[in-house]
Amino acid sequence: MQIFTEDYHENKTINNTFIYTDSLKQIIDNEPTITQYTSRLEYFSLASSENLTKGSVIIGIDPEGENKVTELKKWVSEGNYLNKDDDGLLVAIDLANYLNVGVGDSIVLYGQGFHGVMAAGIYPVRGILKFPSPELNKQFIYMPLKSCQRLFSADNRLTSIVLMIEDNYQLSRAMRHMKGKIKSPFMVRSWEELQPELVQMIDGDKAGGLFMKTLLYIIITFGILGTILMMVSERKRELGVMIAIGMQRFTLSKILLAETFFIGLIGAVSGLIVSFPLVYYYHLNPYPLTGDAAKTMIDMGIEPFMYFSIQPDIFYVQAFVVLIITMAIAIYPVIKSFTLKLTTALRG
Amino acid sequence: MNVIEIKNLTKIYNSSEVQVKAVNGISIDFKEGEFTAVVGPSGSGKTTFLNMLGGLDRPTSGDVIIGGVNIWQLSSRKLIDFRKNNIGFVFQSYNLIPVLTAGENVEFIMQLQGKPRKERDIRTKELLEAVGIGERIKARPSKLSGGQQQRVAVARALASKPEFILADEPTANLDSTSTTSLLELMSQMNKKYNTTFIFATHDQRVMDKARRIVTIEDGKILSDEYFDRD
Ligand SMILES: Nc1ncnc2c1ncn2[C@@H]1O[C@H](COP(=O)(O)OP(=O)(O)OP(=O)(O)O)[C@@H](O)[C@H]1O
Ligand SMILES: [Mg+2]
Repeated sequence: MQIFTEDYHENKTINNTFIYTDSLKQIIDNEPTITQYTSRLEYFSLASSENLTKGSVIIGIDPEGENKVTELKKWVSEGNYLNKDDDGLLVAIDLANYLNVGVGDSIVLYGQGFHGVMAAGIYPVRGILKFPSPELNKQFIYMPLKSCQRLFSADNRLTSIVLMIEDNYQLSRAMRHMKGKIKSPFMVRSWEELQPELVQMIDGDKAGGLFMKTLLYIIITFGILGTILMMVSERKRELGVMIAIGMQRFTLSKILLAETFFIGLIGAVSGLIVSFPLVYYYHLNPYPLTGDAAKTMIDMGIEPFMYFSIQPDIFYVQAFVVLIITMAIAIYPVIKSFTLKLTTALRG
Repeated sequence: MNVIEIKNLTKIYNSSEVQVKAVNGISIDFKEGEFTAVVGPSGSGKTTFLNMLGGLDRPTSGDVIIGGVNIWQLSSRKLIDFRKNNIGFVFQSYNLIPVLTAGENVEFIMQLQGKPRKERDIRTKELLEAVGIGERIKARPSKLSGGQQQRVAVARALASKPEFILADEPTANLDSTSTTSLLELMSQMNKKYNTTFIFATHDQRVMDKARRIVTIEDGKILSDEYFDRD
């Protein structure tokens, strides 16, 4: 979640920034659900190299704190990460390529600062950032907070404080606490509130997942049903012979039940054996996401990847569901062993 | 001594408007050790008759009394047990259990009867040798010829030491050499164990071996003749 001023929420300009006060710091420090936090000053500016210019998003960060919250450091593909008193920049890769600059080259930043003061400066590129999402690679420039504040003539001012809680499940509790304490002109917003589209997307994703799951279960049910129907109809004659020569129908039904159970068990186990390596591969190599969702996730310090869980209970549950389906279907051979007509079975 | 007494046995099928009297009031007795062929044209009611006799198909009316037991008055569980202990079956074809070996097929019915393992092993060997395929004891039915499968079926029918063996067209799917040797075998078994055999058949070679021939037509007995063989 993030803290910023109400005005900034309405209109994201450098004039709606705030000064980080001790009382604010105390509130944050006293909230036990918050494990990390970092300050940011974020604004637009033109970035120029020798003869190329492009609008970009300048983000002033506390290098150490930012890395704790969003793990920014791991996207550095060339050069070095920033340190606190640095006067350099981290430039996203596509932007760097567009401006035709590399590590060691300089970039001129040119724009408007606090209260309309002109903002300009020349900065060396310390490192290149390569995010997994192309959108992010086009526009971002990171610089240390101090030098950013100087650029925009906004000493000690921030646009936002980013707070991190360890566990997303604690989000609503943390939000309740913080909303009670953060008073006007400040406000606190969770990522869910900041990105309703993302929440919608996640909900849609969950609903889609549920739909797919239901569909799969239906397919599985018919698959197993088909197998069992075939098994019984192909063996009608054999079953008829067994009853004719003296096997009790009850005994036969137990045998068929056990057989169906083993078919289900073999199916479930082989399903696990086949699916586990696949899931494990994607667990080790998460599937990258793109678009706005990816940007929001990076902003929030979440890596923009689709993760594959290898939590055992997911596998157990699926295997168990398949077994349950099989056992429900197993009622068919049981019924059949009680109703099989010998004369027809033996003729067939 | 009468093994089987049949009184006024009738089976009526009510299929779409037409009533078919597949078996129409048959009364007949079979004695211990008989070797009988039930013959008649196709659709005359041989299969229906044998099925009612063997406790597989419930008569519309009439009684089947085997060793003093009126079998169609038994509960369905008791009837299955009765079949297990008193009646051997040889069906037209494919009546062995495909996943079991020849030996296991013969042993299966003794297992159902709860016979001890040792007795089962000895009797399985003895019977398979008696029917001439002792060396194929471990073969599955699909690896055996039709004639060999029927021999195993005869061995299985004998395994439970039944009062009598019912065989519906046992030779219908066999070539003439296999037919002759299967008949020879059944006749031997009939003498050796004094087991009563009742066949339904079209096969002239089977009739030539039978010592009693019951001819059925339109669900009724047309003739009942005894022959001296040997
Ligand atoms: N399930 C049934 N439903 C209706 N009619 C039947 C049924 N089974 C047999 N029938 C009829 O009963 C009559 C006797 O049939 P059955 O099978 O007993 O004759 P079959 O003498 O064994 O003939 P085949 O020599 O061809 O084996 C036939 O007319 C047949 O169509
Ligand atoms: Mg018939």
